Amino acid sequence: MLLLRIAATHVRNRMRQTVVSTLGVALGVGFSVAMASLMEGSQRDFMTTLIEAIPHVQILDEQRNPAEQPATAMYDAVAFHGLRPLEDLRGIRNPTEAIASLRDWARGDFAQRLSGQAVLRYSGQDIGMTLVGVVPRRELQVSKIREDMRAGSFEALDTTANGLVIGGKAASRLGAELGDTVTLTSANGIAKRFKIVGLFHTGITTSDEGLAYAPLKAVQILLEKPDIINSISIRLADIRQANDVAARAERQLGYKAVSWEEANEGLMEAFVVRNAIMYTVVGAILVVAGFGIFNIVSTIVHEKARDIAILKSLGFPESDIQQIFVLEGLVIGILGALAGCLLGFGLSSYLATVKFEVTTDIEMTRLPIHFSYIHYVLSCFLALFSSAIAGLIPARKAAKLNPVDIIRGAT
Amino acid sequence: MTLAKTGPSSNVRLLLQTKLLTRVLPAVVPVTLVQDVDFSIGDSEFVAITGPSGSGKSSLLYLLGLLDKPTSGEVLIEESSTSDLSSGEMASMRLEKIGFVFQFHFLLPEFTALENIMIPMQKLGRLSARDQLEHATGLLVDLGLGDFLHRRPAQLSGGQRQRVAVARALANSPDLILADEPTGSLDSAATEQVFDSLQSIVETQKTTVVAVTHDMDLASRMQRRIHLVDGRIDYDRVQ
Repeated sequence: MLLLRIAATHVRNRMRQTVVSTLGVALGVGFSVAMASLMEGSQRDFMTTLIEAIPHVQILDEQRNPAEQPATAMYDAVAFHGLRPLEDLRGIRNPTEAIASLRDWARGDFAQRLSGQAVLRYSGQDIGMTLVGVVPRRELQVSKIREDMRAGSFEALDTTANGLVIGGKAASRLGAELGDTVTLTSANGIAKRFKIVGLFHTGITTSDEGLAYAPLKAVQILLEKPDIINSISIRLADIRQANDVAARAERQLGYKAVSWEEANEGLMEAFVVRNAIMYTVVGAILVVAGFGIFNIVSTIVHEKARDIAILKSLGFPESDIQQIFVLEGLVIGILGALAGCLLGFGLSSYLATVKFEVTTDIEMTRLPIHFSYIHYVLSCFLALFSSAIAGLIPARKAAKLNPVDIIRGAT
Repeated sequence: MTLAKTGPSSNVRLLLQTKLLTRVLPAVVPVTLVQDVDFSIGDSEFVAITGPSGSGKSSLLYLLGLLDKPTSGEVLIEESSTSDLSSGEMASMRLEKIGFVFQFHFLLPEFTALENIMIPMQKLGRLSARDQLEHATGLLVDLGLGDFLHRRPAQLSGGQRQRVAVARALANSPDLILADEPTGSLDSAATEQVFDSLQSIVETQKTTVVAVTHDMDLASRMQRRIHLVDGRIDYDRVQ
């Protein structure tokens, strides 16, 4: 307590330098906190958008390894040459049964899809589309397409057997509008007329120009795949179970099941790198602030050489002298960290109110800020650590000063 | 000059002893500050260390106060050698047994007179906070500074500052006070005040005071004088 009082007195009596150094730490901590809040906020925002937009688990009509050929099962041979693989119609058979078996143990919503390529024709113009056959009620449970609807409704697919929902951009390119009838032609040459019952806008050009939704039955007829689907989308009650559910579903059905984490593995790695960069920058800011503290404590040690001699002559050991100057660094660090937390909170709160209008057809966007005490704790810890180190270097020098040299110098 | 050796009588406790104490400053041409100094000082002595400039008076005092280490020889406090003490043990010895008064007051400028005196008490922690305050106040009152308890050094005169320094040296009731030119920077009135304070300490508190001084008049008023020339004892006599 005595050492702290001496340290605090030294710091208090150099108010201008103390304020400048404290401000250095405060700015370091404040900007670190604001930056971390912004970075994590944007990451979480991105993840939320991603997770909301895609199914948590998707079961596809493919296998991780090539399917076993009948010959390999029948003959005990080291290798086969010239075998013609068994051609099998691709797709998940008996989807209702497959989904029912998953429902037994996985909690969430399930939706089946059949996707395929088709050409959309209207008034003499053609556009290649990815046509997705859905059960509208189920699809709405696993995707956020409803929020992207700009005209008509997605639910209309339920009541219109040949209904079609396409992107607004595709409709513009064709000159088609809501209620118009268009023709879809499959790769097998089968053509079928559909009525546009909804227009959506996702902001992703490939979807807005090249994706169309239609009732599952209609698409199965168009693509000649009756009672076949090629994917099951699962939206889980607990997203953390995605990997487990995917693994178990794959074992159970024999089809490849991909969790959202596996599907976005590269993105997750990018976030790790991004966070490493962020914390490196935060650390660098605080190291710079540490130099400010080093500067002031070094100045105090220089100016207080006589006091060091006095304290030593009074019977203060070297360790006490060292502690006094480390405490001085820490006092500045603590004051700076506290002020920095307030500054960081203020900055983050302000940034959270900033609005951006990215494009005219997308609603106003705010900067995504995530408030977390971890940012404050981490920044304060780094600030105090750098303060202690910045104080320790001159403190060690102070402790080693020979009082006799100082007394002789003063007399 | 005759070399006269003296020391405390056999019924007085030996407080401070030096044995062939030598301090040489290492340099291209080594400088001998103190050489083969040998003496003993007992309780309640008022000893002057005199000598011309550069004779090693202050250097000897720093060795006695364990602020500096001898090149050879040793300092004994209460008949125990201090040669093997660590720097921490020496600091502890200074805190408990030795008080310093320097030529310039050497008070901590940011603290009041009272706080300056309480700092060594707080470090030692022998007294409760209330007793520390009472004791510090009593010391300042005894030295005629009762009205200046809460003044900082800059708000005191030279004589007052030096008396605060004397009070601080007494804070932990040490057995020994080492004073380096305690009146060197004072006018004659202030010199008298500080000298009287030191004399009173010896008489009333039975504390030993060893003071380096240039002032032959003051030195002649002390019980014993150790005179140095070129780092050696020229004479050591009771007056």
